[in-house]
Amino acid sequence: MPLEPMSIALSRLVRRMIRAHPGLLERLGEHGNRRFAIDPTDLPLCLLIQPRAARGTVRVYRHPPASDARIAGPLAALLGLVHGTWDGDALFFSRDLVVEGDTSAALALRNAIDDAELDLGLEISAFAGPFARMLQPIIRFAERRTGLPLRRMEDPE
Amino acid sequence: MELTVGPNQFFWDAAQWQDFYARVADEAPVDRVVLGELICSKRLPFYQTHIPEAAERLVAAGKRVAITTLALVTLKRERNLTAELVDMGLEVEVNDLSALAHLPQGAGFSVGPLVNVYNEGTLRWLVKRGAARICLPPELPLASIETLAAASAAPVEVWGWGRLPLAISGRCYHARLHDRAKDNCQFVCAEDPDGRAVDTLDGQEFLAVNGVQTLSGSCANLSPQLPGFRRAGVAGLRLSPQSQGFVQVCGLFRDLIDGRIDAEALSATARPLAPGASYCDGFPTGKAGVAWSGAV
Amino acid sequence: MMELICPAGTPAALHAAVKAGAHAVYCGFADETNARNFPGLNFSRDELSASIAFAHASGAKVLVAINTFPRAGAESLWHQAVADAETAGADAVILADIGLLAHAAEHHPDLRRHLSVQAAAANPDMINFYATAFGVRRVVLPRVLTIAEIAAINREIDVETEVFVFGGLCVMAEGRCSLSSYITGRSPNMNGVCSPPSHVDYATEDGELAAKLGGYTIHRNAKDAPAPYPTLCKGCFSSADKTGYVFEDPTSLDATELLPALAKAGVTALKIEGRQRSRSYVAQVVRSFRAAVDAVEAGRPVPPGTLARLTEGQSATAGAYRKTWR
Repeated sequence: MPLEPMSIALSRLVRRMIRAHPGLLERLGEHGNRRFAIDPTDLPLCLLIQPRAARGTVRVYRHPPASDARIAGPLAALLGLVHGTWDGDALFFSRDLVVEGDTSAALALRNAIDDAELDLGLEISAFAGPFARMLQPIIRFAERRTGLPLRRMEDPE
Repeated sequence: MELTVGPNQFFWDAAQWQDFYARVADEAPVDRVVLGELICSKRLPFYQTHIPEAAERLVAAGKRVAITTLALVTLKRERNLTAELVDMGLEVEVNDLSALAHLPQGAGFSVGPLVNVYNEGTLRWLVKRGAARICLPPELPLASIETLAAASAAPVEVWGWGRLPLAISGRCYHARLHDRAKDNCQFVCAEDPDGRAVDTLDGQEFLAVNGVQTLSGSCANLSPQLPGFRRAGVAGLRLSPQSQGFVQVCGLFRDLIDGRIDAEALSATARPLAPGASYCDGFPTGKAGVAWSGAV
Repeated sequence: MMELICPAGTPAALHAAVKAGAHAVYCGFADETNARNFPGLNFSRDELSASIAFAHASGAKVLVAINTFPRAGAESLWHQAVADAETAGADAVILADIGLLAHAAEHHPDLRRHLSVQAAAANPDMINFYATAFGVRRVVLPRVLTIAEIAAINREIDVETEVFVFGGLCVMAEGRCSLSSYITGRSPNMNGVCSPPSHVDYATEDGELAAKLGGYTIHRNAKDAPAPYPTLCKGCFSSADKTGYVFEDPTSLDATELLPALAKAGVTALKIEGRQRSRSYVAQVVRSFRAAVDAVEAGRPVPPGTLARLTEGQSATAGAYRKTWR
């Protein structure tokens, strides 16, 4: 997959999510200016997310770039964390997740994402146009690879 | 600026205990001495009967004497002990707030460094309740010390010398290190008359344990902070007993206060006497407590 | 029935706790007034009001922890927090500081006051002192007591007791520990943080993961071993000829099996630690404990715990509740 279009598509997705969940940046506070490397260790890719740069930017790299905080783990663990399926601390205690660099920033990001109750499936399906088509193979790949349905089931009352 | 000898935090045998306070009475240029057991009620029977005699000798030598409560009172026996302290006729230094339940309204007392006095509201409440002197918790920064000293109708004292009391627990770490239960500790803490060093896996000096208490690994030496304490209106420095060279440490602090030596000279002369390999004075500066302003 | 008191670090976690069966949720403001002052955590004034409205509509209570010790010269920040908690409709505030308790008793007499575990009230004299002097209605007991001691305390006091049953375990008497500020300059009492993440560094050294706090190595773990957060009282250290967990193993509290005994000891409320944990964690733990509390109430055996993988070091202890812990 070419990296540049993926970077553009993911930046748009993250910008949409930031607009839809103003609490994300609020909770991140000063940490929103940090560069977060999100490193799925079972993929030959690494995302560099800058929440406050140009209302949210994502760049895709072949190898982990310089960053303020790096959160590394299998794609399933990372997606499960975003999706609220799994607890970040539990993933860390089990060594499924590794955090390096600015631990405060990583923690703030984790907490902000947890509170936003993101539904990746919804976010992505609400994201139409050519860039969405570009993301579809990634989503299908992620679902296959992780066994995680990325659309949230309604919580039982 | 007065000097107070804080309660001995460690477990010494009766002869050493008696000798220590005899020397403090006869030779140490200090104003106040706090006697009694702070850490573990199981130690008290070993030297309890010598307390009145030590108090008499200290008073005869012109020193004011107080008696401390335990730092953490849980057992029925310990509650009774706390109640009995009130009847000893000495000023009680409260280091566990449950002592207030036994102190009649209007009776004077002093507040030790293990009571959480962090702000004016708490300080005023305690003074209104009868606190005649307050030794602040060691972790306070100078800005807080200034505000509290200014707000206090009672003299305010701060930590001056000795391994810092950092934590108190229900669990005995000395017993744990010897694979013994607390109830069967066989008084192993007596083997370490100045606490037992706990270092990191990299061999860095870190903490020290003393029964149920955890202390700083390095020896707090607040002599470099004296000018700031003076400006803040601090009335006294607390020197914490150690098994070797304590009278000399008291003398050095008296010389410092009276202007005969400076903090640098005190620190250099006292270095061989300090428990732990290094000094620290970070708390009042707002840094980590372990930081040392004299570090090069 | 024993009341289940559940943690919420975010509004999402509060919703999760209430939906999972919490009788009450405790939370705090996003500043130094509460003892879980972690990045990205806690509630704004508006979030608190909305969350309290949601909880009340679902029949759950909200307790607001304002349980650090106010900074000299800045007490108004803490006083404002108490006033705002009352305005938002909080069912109680959880306080630790004498000065703040006196202020709340005088200026907010109708706001129910609980004594935080940070006050470490470990005997009946102390508890009765807080009850008499400041009208405290419930005491959260420090984690240094055995069940027999808790039962004895309940016989001598007139206020309710709340005890921790799950989560991170303080080894030291709470609110009386300066280990964190000694190493990092930031403490639970003053800053609402212990072993703060801002001072944590992880480094891979010789194929091991070293977890450091303020430059001091707290743990070294083989690459694939469970990794505890570098809380300094749960580190691995050396003392003379011994190397090991001098203070406490990297374990956390699970008192599920002791719930019947705690009920018999007269405990009013059971507290789950973990305001820093995710909404997923909160939902799982609350659901499990609500089932256990319901079972105890119905006289059924407590269902076996399923929470092991959520705990620190993935192991659990009954802590001080069993006397052998000491």
